[in-house]
Amino acid sequence: MSRTQHRAPKRRRPRPQRRVASRLLTGSVLTAFMVFFVLPVLWLLLAATKTDQQLVRDSPLSFGSWHALMANWHGLTAFQDDAILLWLRNSALYAVISLAITLCVAVPAGYALAMTEFRGRRMLLISTLVVMLMPNATLVVPLFLEINAVHLIGTMWSIILPYSFYPFGVYLTYIYFTTAVPKDLLAAARMDGCSEFGVFRHIALPLATPVIALVGFFSFVANWTNYFLPYVMLPESNQMPIQVGVGNLLSSVPSFNPAVGDVAVERPELALATLVAVTPVLVVFLFAQRFLVSGMLAGATKE
Amino acid sequence: MTLTHTSAGSATRRRRGAARQSRAGMAFVAAYVILLIAFGVLPTAYAVYFAFTDAGGTFTGISNFVATGHDFRFMGAVSHIAVYLVFWLVSLVVFVVGLALLLHRLASGTVGRALRFLYYIPGALAGAASVLVWLFILDPTVSPVSSLLSALGFHTFGEVIAPGNLPVLFTIIAFWTGAGGWIVVMYGALNNIPKDVMEAARIDGANSWQTAWRVQVPMLRKWIVYMVILAFAGGAQLFVEPQLLSLASVGVAGRDYSLNQLTYDFAFQMNNINGAAAVSVELLVVSVSAAAVFVARSGFFDAE
Repeated sequence: MSRTQHRAPKRRRPRPQRRVASRLLTGSVLTAFMVFFVLPVLWLLLAATKTDQQLVRDSPLSFGSWHALMANWHGLTAFQDDAILLWLRNSALYAVISLAITLCVAVPAGYALAMTEFRGRRMLLISTLVVMLMPNATLVVPLFLEINAVHLIGTMWSIILPYSFYPFGVYLTYIYFTTAVPKDLLAAARMDGCSEFGVFRHIALPLATPVIALVGFFSFVANWTNYFLPYVMLPESNQMPIQVGVGNLLSSVPSFNPAVGDVAVERPELALATLVAVTPVLVVFLFAQRFLVSGMLAGATKE
Repeated sequence: MTLTHTSAGSATRRRRGAARQSRAGMAFVAAYVILLIAFGVLPTAYAVYFAFTDAGGTFTGISNFVATGHDFRFMGAVSHIAVYLVFWLVSLVVFVVGLALLLHRLASGTVGRALRFLYYIPGALAGAASVLVWLFILDPTVSPVSSLLSALGFHTFGEVIAPGNLPVLFTIIAFWTGAGGWIVVMYGALNNIPKDVMEAARIDGANSWQTAWRVQVPMLRKWIVYMVILAFAGGAQLFVEPQLLSLASVGVAGRDYSLNQLTYDFAFQMNNINGAAAVSVELLVVSVSAAAVFVARSGFFDAE
């Protein structure tokens, strides 16, 4: 540091050839990774439009036909009498109800932790951090025992309630309120005679829209994509969410599991099922992406 | 604002306000506290209780830990997870930080934004979907990169998913779904580095490599450690990937590849709830201690 202070500022300009070479290198690395990230998605989209023979024979990135797509859809829905639709409905039910509970619980909690003083606040903050970092898959077996003890195994509450507990959402809300909303604003509202609930409802909540969207997005995706917990809690096919359902479907594809009987589905149908399974997340993602890609998460901490 | 009141009056008022606030605060967190106890504290306590008792509920000390540790599959699962974690964490740090730096250097904002979005897309395919996609991509008969696979010497699906390849394959799947999100986070953190710091480095004659290595990476340290800890905790929990692979591979990949598969097997196949709890507790202790070291040393949560 001290050395640089005495030296006259001197800029080393890279020679043009070197600049071009480095640009080229940067470009090709970024492009290679783009192919890595995008190609499988593209392939999946196209695979659903082919017959199984076309999948093997045709060029991997060719479009099959609308006809084959419809045929795959019929083949897929024929599996266990519309099981795929039932799984989708289950997933939607589980994810949306727990999302609603999560938001009703996490936003006030994060707000209170950030903006009010109460006994036990510090301890609650610490335990939130600990459980947030606690990997939830390890708790699946104990959760099973707990839910079993209250006779809720096999009901939708056995996964909705554990999903609703979302400490990361509380932490995110807490960080948001501590950094983005000045306490003076709330103090002013209190001075004007606003009740504590009124302050939350009329001042804090409208300001919290971005963080509500963010918590909602993360919670929805986490619920929708969870596999282990419903796999354990809901063994019956008609209660499975789509994630467990497509896993089930996988074991009925002869190319992956030759031991299948006559309930077989083919690979394009499995590809279509995978697409169907991710579509809701993709839709939610498109709505939420302006919050996500802007790197708001990184800005959400005090540095 | 309190100037209009006498000082004694405003003090009482403040005290009353503080009590009111305290009550309101507790009301606001009440529902969360209930969930925290029901689905955070209680299951943890339950796991610990079961780990130290036998089926009849009598205290057995560490015998469940010893018994599961001596299970013939246990060390295998531990070493699988360990190897996988090394691959996964190294690739995550190297490529995520590297890509974020490259994206950040990119002059055009539009291209950068588009790339970040494209990198992020696979994140929507988390869970079973990402595994299914990769089962196809790794199957030479239908794969879009079958020529690449055969150039690497793989001609059948069985050859690709040979047990020795699994850590790499799970790393690819996890990286494909998870890296995009972290790239966005790192990119955001790079944006938060003050302009004058970067300017100073430039004036001092640092080239972009030196700037990245000496200025940007050190300033990302906190975020890198955060990513490693979360990825470590997540990676140690591997379940859906090996589970689906074992469904698709006719037994090439076993049902006992990862520790969590082992807990599932103990609990639901062998009816050994106590053994399952013991493995769960071990995983929990390892993950939480890693997190605790991180919280203590990095000051990441000094947000107060």
